Amino acid sequence: MSFIEAVIHYGFLQKALLTSVMVGIICGTVGCFIILRGMALMGDAISHAVLPGVAIAYMLGINFFIGAVISGVVTAMGIGFVSQNSRIKNDISIGIMFTFAFALGIILITFMKSSTDLYHILFGNVLAVRSSDMWTTFGIGIFVLVSIYLFYKELLITSFDPTMSAAYGLPVKVIHYFLMTLLTMVTVASLQTVGIVLVVAMLITPAATAYLLTNRLWIMIYLSAGLGVAASVIGLYFSFTYNLASGATIVLVSTLLFLITFAFSPKQGIVWRSLKIRRKKASLI
Amino acid sequence: MNEALTVKDLFVSYHGNEAISDISFAIKPGNLVGIIGPNGAGKSTLLKALLNLIPKDKGNVQVYGRSFQEQRKAVAYVPQRSNIDWDFPITVLDTVLLGAYPKLGWFKRPKKQDKDWALHCLQRVGMESFKNRQIGELSGGQQQRVFLARALAQKAQIFFLDEPFVGIDAASEEAIVAILKDLKQEGKTILVVHHDLSKVNDYFDQLILLNKELIGFGTVDQVWRADMLSKAYSGQFSFLNQLGVEM
Repeated sequence: MSFIEAVIHYGFLQKALLTSVMVGIICGTVGCFIILRGMALMGDAISHAVLPGVAIAYMLGINFFIGAVISGVVTAMGIGFVSQNSRIKNDISIGIMFTFAFALGIILITFMKSSTDLYHILFGNVLAVRSSDMWTTFGIGIFVLVSIYLFYKELLITSFDPTMSAAYGLPVKVIHYFLMTLLTMVTVASLQTVGIVLVVAMLITPAATAYLLTNRLWIMIYLSAGLGVAASVIGLYFSFTYNLASGATIVLVSTLLFLITFAFSPKQGIVWRSLKIRRKKASLI
Repeated sequence: MNEALTVKDLFVSYHGNEAISDISFAIKPGNLVGIIGPNGAGKSTLLKALLNLIPKDKGNVQVYGRSFQEQRKAVAYVPQRSNIDWDFPITVLDTVLLGAYPKLGWFKRPKKQDKDWALHCLQRVGMESFKNRQIGELSGGQQQRVFLARALAQKAQIFFLDEPFVGIDAASEEAIVAILKDLKQEGKTILVVHHDLSKVNDYFDQLILLNKELIGFGTVDQVWRADMLSKAYSGQFSFLNQLGVEM
């Protein structure tokens, strides 16, 4: 049975496809701001830091979304507090705080006595997406996209020139933590498709690919979202057809798209660059 | 006439270590003021404190007789070039357009008239033919002119420039100085953190001479004197001799 027929016949595959498309869009969009602010490492940290929140939420029987956002934002604040109040640099602070949160999460999850849950949270299983998960992702997606649309101007200027932003009175720190909140929400939305460990790839790889292709932020955002969707759909196809882990397959496709762009991007691609250099050298002989 | 900028009893410290102390001065509108002093004298600290970017231990800053918070939009800031990510995906014109953001406030997008104004400001610094370039493709002097255009786009009354002439070509430096002098004629007030002492006489009306504390403030003639400079640059006499200052 071909992939397309299977999508038409199986509800679980439709949910998987829709969810991965949504995840591709929101990860690609938020990822642009993450890489432009030099926060790729922060993205990795926060995505891991949602684990204890998810575990506690499961135990208390509340929506794991709430737990995830709280533990993600608390970790982000902890990282900021340590680096701003000591000689500890930001990357060190990130290393300390997120491994702590992650370790705590692993211990808490073992109390749940179900290793499959842990496995799914860590690595995702898009083919097991339930309707409720799909709608959670949809809700988060709408919230994230509307937020970015509304605060586009502020996100742009605080990413580009935080000093000017602060000088004219923008609450730069509040905007930073707001973006951290969006980041944890995106992580939660991505739990089922790629899992905690690989979310960062969905955030930064499509955005980095788009970054090599354009000099305008809004184009970069559209490209990044599109690349995220392409990686998700192609990845899901290979995952279904060859029975591979969904998250890992999506990430591999995304990386492949990056490598192609890295080589052939019109302005930044290394192939054109080296050709140009060679031609220039030849013309001087 | 009201003072454009009044600073009273300003003290700033980092982690309890005094950075600048007991700074007071008042500047009338229509002056081009140089902030000079040796490395580590607190020039950038003073600028950041004036812009309310770092906490003050004591003192207050007034802009046209009102608190800085009320007057933020009357102030434009041109950052040091080294503080900008020149690979950021933004074009020259869009960079200048950022100057419209403070007045737009939240949610509102720049309109056609804002874009026309940004283009006009870009013309004023002679950079309109570069409007669609990515900012990293420009030379240092061109980049500095673009950021000056952004400050112009803010329609501010007071301009702060942090080391604008570092690492730029002579033509750009001349163009920038000419624009600053025009602004002065229009009654704007400009403060420039300045590192290179060789052209102080030509550029500025007034000087703030700093070394942790205020060594001198006044017209160039009042401050550009051997006793003042040797006090600020203690131990760097040979360097002053080279500049032709009588010891």
